[in-house]
Parts: sequence; C-alpha cells; structure tokens
Amino acid sequence: MSVDVRIPTILRSYTGGAKSVEGSGSTLAELFADLDARYPGLRGRLVTEDGSLHRFVNVYVNDEDARFLGGLEAKLSDGDSVTILPAVAGGARTPAAAAAPAAGA
Amino acid sequence: MLRIDREIVDAIVAHARRDHPDEACGIVAGPAGSDTPTRHIPMTNAERSSTFYRFDSMEQLRVWRQMEERGEEPVVIYHSHTATPAYPSRTDVDLASEPGAHYLLVSTRDPENVEIRSFRIVDGVVTEEPVRVIDAAVDDTAVQTYKFGHTPTIVDYECRA
Repeated sequence: MSVDVRIPTILRSYTGGAKSVEGSGSTLAELFADLDARYPGLRGRLVTEDGSLHRFVNVYVNDEDARFLGGLEAKLSDGDSVTILPAVAGGARTPAAAAAPAAGA
Repeated sequence: MLRIDREIVDAIVAHARRDHPDEACGIVAGPAGSDTPTRHIPMTNAERSSTFYRFDSMEQLRVWRQMEERGEEPVVIYHSHTATPAYPSRTDVDLASEPGAHYLLVSTRDPENVEIRSFRIVDGVVTEEPVRVIDAAVDDTAVQTYKFGHTPTIVDYECRA
C-alpha cells in the first residue's frame, strides 16, 4: 500500500528537509519500518523500544488519531495519508508514566 | 526577544486565570518566518490537570492544518504553571518539539501578580529572553505617519488609537 506521509518540522532532518515523503506498508508498523530503511533513525523517534507508538507523538491516518485505529497495527490502504505531529505537552511535573522521550527529545 | 501585543498578553493571562488551578495552554500563530505573533488560539488541555498539559490531538491537527493553509506557524506556545514559577520544568524541556517557537510560561500561583517569562528551548537547552509588550496606544510611530511633508511641524493628534 503506497501512502503519503507528512513529516513535522522537527523530524525533517531525517528526510533531508522533505515535508512529505512516500512510503509503503499495510500497517503503520510496516510503514515506519519501510521509512526507516530509507531515512535511518526516523522510526526510533516514533516507536519505543518495546514496539509501541511513542506516547508523545500523534500519528493520524486520514485525519483520524491512530490510537483509535489500533496504534501501530492501524491498517493502511493505497492512497492513504499519514500525518505525524509531535504532541504539544508539558507541565510543572513529570507525567505519571515514565517520562518517555518524545519526538521532540 | 519576544515582541507581542498587549492585547494578546492580556488574553493569555485571562485564559490562564480562567483555567486555574488547571494548567492552561495554547499558541499564538503568526505568518511563517515573521517571528510576529498575531493570532491567539487558546487550546483545550486534554489532561485537565494542575500539573500537566497536552493539546487534544484532533484539535492540534485542525489548528496545525489551518495554520498551514494560512501560511502561518506557531510563533508562541504558552502554558501556565499554577503552583510553581514561570520557568520550564524538566518535562517542558524534554517535550518541547517546535524549535522555532517562543515558549511562554505564565504562573498563576499568585492571583494578584501573574508572572510571565519567555524562553527558547532548542535541543534540550533553555535560554530565557526578554518580553517586549507592544502597547498600541503609546506606539509613537502611529503619530509619525501623520506628519505631512509640506508642514513638518504640524502633527495630527486625532490618530491616537
């Protein structure tokens, strides 16, 4: 499945400055592995070591939050559009779960 | 330095006061590359917490798309601390993901005196910067534009905002 992926400013250093790239995969997990093969290091900013979507990265498949579509197992169809936006978050105290580094870290 | 209109600062402070004791959050968008904040956009704190904030993910998508359509970017990203000083926490630094933005911190711990400070947060490094609040009413360039070339000593005071 060929999809169009919108890359946020902070991750464009991995894509040589490109705001949008093409990728393929039938799930987000496959797509990120595919992107990482061409843009090394990109996947590490999106997926944690235990294989789940980074808590502070928002991924949307056709304008729907991937968290409601199965996270990394979200299905992709040909021509889908995937958008990545680092969460805008923070606050006086460390969040309840371990402060996982986000796309911005 | 962060240059920002008095009106926008007042709106941000009002927002922070309204949401106290929860942390308030939002942005001020401006034309891309201008470093000028022009459009205040208060955001929902999806965490509704007194110590943590997070933009609602769908609201963020809508606002980011809208900015792209309008040729804007987030010039200021602000949030409030409700019991601690207006200084970026460890969490604020770890999660800062817009290196071009001015991070404005507002502290509402003292209801009489709201503290406002601005910072750049790039690659984990925090640098404080001065905030210059622009007061339209006393902007002296507004008077200068009404000085006519042929009568340099006559100034039209009617133009005062």
